[in-house]
Amino acid sequence: MAEAVTERQYQGRVHQRSRQLMSAWMSELARAEAEGVPTGALMISGNCVELLRACHVLPMFPEVTALQNAIRKKSLPLILKAEQAGYSSDNCAYVKADIGLFLDGGMGPGKPIPFPTITVCNYVGCNVYVKWFEHLADVSGSRLFVLDTPFARTPEPTPGDVRYVVSQLEELITLCESVSGKKFDIDYLREILGHAARAEAGYARCKHLTRHRPAPFDAYFDSINMMGPINVLRGTREAAEFFDEAVAEFEELVTQGLGPLSEERFRTVVEGPPPYPYYKSFRNLFTRWGAVAVQSTYSTVGGIWEWGFRHDPQRPLESIAEQMLRENLTNRSITARYGQIKRYVEEWEADALVIHSIKSCRLFSAGQGDMRDYFTRELGVPTLLVESDLEDPRYYAEAQLRNRIDAFFEALEHKKLVGAGH
Amino acid sequence: MTVDAIIEHCRAVVAEPLGAVAERWKAAHPGGRAVAVYPVWAPAEVIHAAGMLPLALLGGGTSVELTHADARFQSFVCSIAKSSLELGFQGLVRGVDGFVFSNICDVARNLASIYKRNFPEAFVEYLHLPQNSTSPAVVGYLQGELRRLADAFAQSFGLEVTDAALAKSIETYNTLRARLRALYRLRIEAPEKLSTVELYLALRAATLARPEDTLGWLGDLVAALPGRPTRRQDRMRVVLEGAFCEQPPLGLLEVLEEAGCYVVEDDLLLGWRWFTADVAADGDPFERLAAAYVNQAAPSSTRHEGRQHRSAGLIDKVRRSGADAVVFAPAKFCEPALFDYVLMKQGLERAGIPHLVVEFEEKMWTFERTRNEIETFVESMLFD
Ligand code: SF4
Ligand code: SF4
Repeated sequence: MAEAVTERQYQGRVHQRSRQLMSAWMSELARAEAEGVPTGALMISGNCVELLRACHVLPMFPEVTALQNAIRKKSLPLILKAEQAGYSSDNCAYVKADIGLFLDGGMGPGKPIPFPTITVCNYVGCNVYVKWFEHLADVSGSRLFVLDTPFARTPEPTPGDVRYVVSQLEELITLCESVSGKKFDIDYLREILGHAARAEAGYARCKHLTRHRPAPFDAYFDSINMMGPINVLRGTREAAEFFDEAVAEFEELVTQGLGPLSEERFRTVVEGPPPYPYYKSFRNLFTRWGAVAVQSTYSTVGGIWEWGFRHDPQRPLESIAEQMLRENLTNRSITARYGQIKRYVEEWEADALVIHSIKSCRLFSAGQGDMRDYFTRELGVPTLLVESDLEDPRYYAEAQLRNRIDAFFEALEHKKLVGAGH
Repeated sequence: MTVDAIIEHCRAVVAEPLGAVAERWKAAHPGGRAVAVYPVWAPAEVIHAAGMLPLALLGGGTSVELTHADARFQSFVCSIAKSSLELGFQGLVRGVDGFVFSNICDVARNLASIYKRNFPEAFVEYLHLPQNSTSPAVVGYLQGELRRLADAFAQSFGLEVTDAALAKSIETYNTLRARLRALYRLRIEAPEKLSTVELYLALRAATLARPEDTLGWLGDLVAALPGRPTRRQDRMRVVLEGAFCEQPPLGLLEVLEEAGCYVVEDDLLLGWRWFTADVAADGDPFERLAAAYVNQAAPSSTRHEGRQHRSAGLIDKVRRSGADAVVFAPAKFCEPALFDYVLMKQGLERAGIPHLVVEFEEKMWTFERTRNEIETFVESMLFD
């Protein structure tokens, strides 16, 4: 192996600002109950956070709580608690960590994570969402609203799909009015959608900047800093401004020719969620090889903005419906994802595809062997498939991962050298 | 025909590869097409109304070795998804022209498009069945979805589904389901007259033929059963829950009863008995089917009902069938079943109904451990 590459140990403004914004939101959530502000639980994928915001219902995201607990290495005891209560070791650990938190007394009345006033299951792609929120509504006693979003099974959503989602959005507005006691104002929603569109444009611009060599940030590991603002805080002025700053910072890095590592040797596209309990260790396995993700599918679970879709204040409910139906990774088929990845590999000029297969998440993972087959055999893209979990630390086997990753990049390096005529 | 002869006929049909069933029917119906549906529910009526043979795609059971599919689906994915794909790779569904999947779980969803990619010549359609039962918009949406399926048949096979044909198919399937309900009622009254394996074989055989060809022997079965000479044994009455998609091996169903239970209710092949009452007879047939899906579907782990607690349907089944306990049988790695287990368990506990969990895989060979577990469970109940 050639000389090891190092991380630049650079904590930029994007990272700091994202943390600030997210903790401000968490504090708001912690105060919500005392201040009588209604809260609404939502899922990340293709969500309609703007609508809740416009209805004066503070959004909360159990997925964010679960991932934060995993990053802080607190997930295992919570998962075990849930398993003791009857959850199977084969079920998505995100749900278990969340339910475990409740069983552990960490969620509920008077807690920093209050029970939601309403539980809005935006069923966008993932079937586990429905189960998760049924369980959450059951423990919290909150009203469950399932916003059924037809899966993308035709090239474009059918007019019936859009009508169906829009009608449910209207029903949701009525429900929100009843919990907030405030009349819905479409102009306020338009204003919020304006902020959303600005954030979306900013996020898209950031993602396009990773086409540069070196890419100014790692589109898998660093994208997490942007996923909070884009998926949770979308629709606020602060999130829009955050992306203005992010674009400025990344453009500056591009001008200076700086990337996240001391050297960018390999450009990868990464598929699948990260192993949150071992985020840093996992990242290090790639850093050693100078491998930088120039695109990732995980960063598009909430929305795919880089192909140009924006919320439209002129067509408020319709554009929310379109985003839920079409413009996010989760509501598309796995083979549509092959197309998305193919485009990333080609347009972002990646050397390889890394598939991180997650036991918890069958939405992402079930069938990734077929995906590998497609990329290696049909397209000739070097593809590495490794397995662990996004929440459950028991499935992270560092030595095994390291061996696989090292062997892969060694071979890739060899191929590059041979290709370069050495 | 005697009960035994009917069951033997069913056993023979079930043992055949799906492709062979399709080929045989197509040979007798030149120009005919066969469309198989993955669990749990798909509108067989729409397939039938296009003049095609509706079939159930239920994996490979114990008969198929995985040689291709396990490289495509990881170790933590249920067996039915893998073996259903394997059937394609091994040519065992050759003769089946189309496949219909739906949003029962994330695995089935991915399987649908992976099927399409690996077998591009096959017709593959994916239905999004609503997970909202209360919206005023839901029936209209589903009506459109069913029409979309019909249009896809017209486009791919040139086979139209007219309103009149669909109305007729609904009537035929109403009759079929009524017979199946009669069988289930008979088993509740006299479980010694029809073992669960026998009932399962009959049900499964019904998923491998047009209903016109099934109604005769099903009627005979319903008529002959009361007179079947059997003796009731001292067994515990149980509801079997959770095996709605991946098929439990026959050996498991056998052991369950041999070890001291009478299964008096279950969710086996639920999609083929989906409606709790007849689909309405008047009005737009697509709308009637959609409305029935929303308002008179059997409770299922793959559908969000929303109007009642997860355990309510199960508890109701226990009460209706006079069962003493529930045997919960989820397939290994089956997320919908495993998630629902938790809420169902809590509901059963609140209602004071005991339960046992028996996880299975379609390719299970030995049942001794299961036998022991069931025997212990039954004994503990008897001494309670
Ligand atoms: S299955 Fe995947 S997308 Fe669904 S809740 Fe779990 S981690 Fe999230
Ligand atoms: S067995 Fe369960 S997980 Fe597997 S396809 Fe069927 S419903 Fe999905």
